[in-house]
Amino acid sequence: MSSSLTTRIKKRPSLAALLNKNLPAMMRKAVLVFALVALATPAFAEEGGLLPSGTKVSNIASLQRGARLYFNYCSGCHSIKYQSYSRLATDLKLSPDEVLKNFAFTGAKIGDQIVSSMPADHAQVWFGKAPPDLSLEARAKGPDWIYTYLKSFYLDPSRPVGWNNTVFPGASMPNVLWELQGTQVAHYAPAKPGEEPAVEKLELSSKGRLSGEEFDAAARDITTFLQYVGEPAALKREAVGVWAILYLAFFTFLAWLLNKEYWKDVH
Amino acid sequence: MANVFTAIGNWVNERAPGLMPVYRKHMTEYYAPKNFNFWYYFGVLALVVLVNQILTGIFLTMFYKPGAATAFDSVEYIMRDVDWGWLIRYMHSTGASMFFIVIYLHMFRGLMYGSYKKPRELVWLLGMFIFLALMAEAFMGYVLPWGNMSFWGAKVIISLFGAVPLIGDTLVQWIMGDYNPADATLNRFFALHVIALPLVLLLLVVLHIFALHEVGSNNPDGVEIKKKKDPATGKPLDGIPFHPYYTVHDIVGVGFFLTICAFIIFYQPTVGGWFLENDNFIPANPLVTPPEIKPVWYFTPFYGILRVIPDKGLGIFAMFASIVLLFLLPWVDRGAVKSIRYRGLGYKVALGLFALTFLLLGSIGAGLTGEWIPKLFGATADVTSIEMHFGWLLVLMYFGYFIFLWIYTAFGYEKTKPVPERVTGGGGH
Repeated sequence: MSSSLTTRIKKRPSLAALLNKNLPAMMRKAVLVFALVALATPAFAEEGGLLPSGTKVSNIASLQRGARLYFNYCSGCHSIKYQSYSRLATDLKLSPDEVLKNFAFTGAKIGDQIVSSMPADHAQVWFGKAPPDLSLEARAKGPDWIYTYLKSFYLDPSRPVGWNNTVFPGASMPNVLWELQGTQVAHYAPAKPGEEPAVEKLELSSKGRLSGEEFDAAARDITTFLQYVGEPAALKREAVGVWAILYLAFFTFLAWLLNKEYWKDVH
Repeated sequence: MANVFTAIGNWVNERAPGLMPVYRKHMTEYYAPKNFNFWYYFGVLALVVLVNQILTGIFLTMFYKPGAATAFDSVEYIMRDVDWGWLIRYMHSTGASMFFIVIYLHMFRGLMYGSYKKPRELVWLLGMFIFLALMAEAFMGYVLPWGNMSFWGAKVIISLFGAVPLIGDTLVQWIMGDYNPADATLNRFFALHVIALPLVLLLLVVLHIFALHEVGSNNPDGVEIKKKKDPATGKPLDGIPFHPYYTVHDIVGVGFFLTICAFIIFYQPTVGGWFLENDNFIPANPLVTPPEIKPVWYFTPFYGILRVIPDKGLGIFAMFASIVLLFLLPWVDRGAVKSIRYRGLGYKVALGLFALTFLLLGSIGAGLTGEWIPKLFGATADVTSIEMHFGWLLVLMYFGYFIFLWIYTAFGYEKTKPVPERVTGGGGH
């Protein structure tokens, strides 16, 4: 994270020049912090072009496919601790046996919460950062962010794990879906004098098991699943809402008729 | 059956003969002007939201666990594992925002029709105290889920008290009970949010309504209906009994309002991050600052004032002054005519600009200008500088409203239209 931000600073010669002036060390540090904060915002804005995820949480088939992908590729490292296996079975219309057989690789019981078996302190050493719990990832970042993130990994030998991501530069995570997607490499825009080149577009350098469209669908399924995990109540909420609104609209109509009747007297 | 009710009624009346007169005074024999319009729904809507907040709040406290280690998890427990917990929580979170929408419109109604003017100054003052209590209540409620915006919002807002001369730092620590918002802060905010402030709010609301019923309601014409009474009955000619006429009338408004609320609760509970912010789905983390610390939308106009004034002390002073001046409105505005319908052009323009200023200050406070300015002035525009200078203009316009209003009315510059003797319109047709 921090290394990508410092490369960003190099891109702006005026700021780099500013930092190199004879400022006392403390002050230089303060300017650096301000510059990081000031630059971080537009940097994300530049890369803010998120792709529409096109998810639909009520699509149970997509949720089931997403769950399968999630447990095969993500759950080894990332917990979804607010979600239980039993709730998953109910909402995804699967039997408890199916859920345990297909998803519970850690010997968990049906009533357990879904927690990864990776010890956090080991993960800290392996990746430099313990993989975050993803229960509320879709609520904090939004489905479009997750979808675009999953599609935006590229090979970058300068990174510790060999991968980087245009949506989240300096991400500690490798592209676990590379078998499916293939590997992408970055094409850089021609560098302006004194600046480092920016990633212009990503290109597939070797094919994966899935075609481009199939991989998009897989990324969408994972996103849908995480969106569901973020708010399992959404399924019920949207189903019940229609009736609540219809009831209230009818109630309002009756109240309006009653009001009209009473106000006949008022002149 | 009817006899049973009559018997019970008589039994109560014999033992508490004072009850029926109170009911009559405030309901069946409270005469309200017959020409209330759309703007007169917001008082009752505020009452409905208050009841909603108390009822849903009671159920939330049954499952919520105050404490830095438990709060966030317990909110997710409510959202996932408590039967219909998500509905109760969304009703409460949507209610908080709707409360402010309704209250701001209610206050704007007061400005439009001069409802704060004599003889209703006390009604206005009590209303302003309700607004203050509501802001404190909302702020503390916002801290309770203990998300990252809860934490950082609390830190920023409480640190404002650090600007108090001499005792500032001690005061901040005293409020938080720690050097940072922490377990102690969360627990005391919980106590204040669920019992202390609701009691204050309820008391103030009762006083607000009693004070109103002493002087009677204003109306869109700003005519005092008590001045024209039927010589035979002694009832105001333009008044109708609050019950049943305005109760059935208000039920329609309440129904319509609840339908809109239901749409939000069931289909847009976060309202794109405005009612429930994305960063608050991340647990409180004193080490990670959210990309942008900003209060929830209903505080943004006041926060905007703070944001555009570079000097911290002056900014905080201006922010508090912007609220204090609202208290003084009945004495700033010396005009004899109440309703905007019959006031001078200057007042109409000034009020329009005041409302616009309030909204634009809110956009700055919410950080929207960071997106707008590059679109308007090009990508190379200096966002901070443009925002600050534009912000100064807005701050001047906000305070200018009060100065203009005083000069305009105290020195007789206002050219008003004649106010009719009786209310216009109203009734079934």
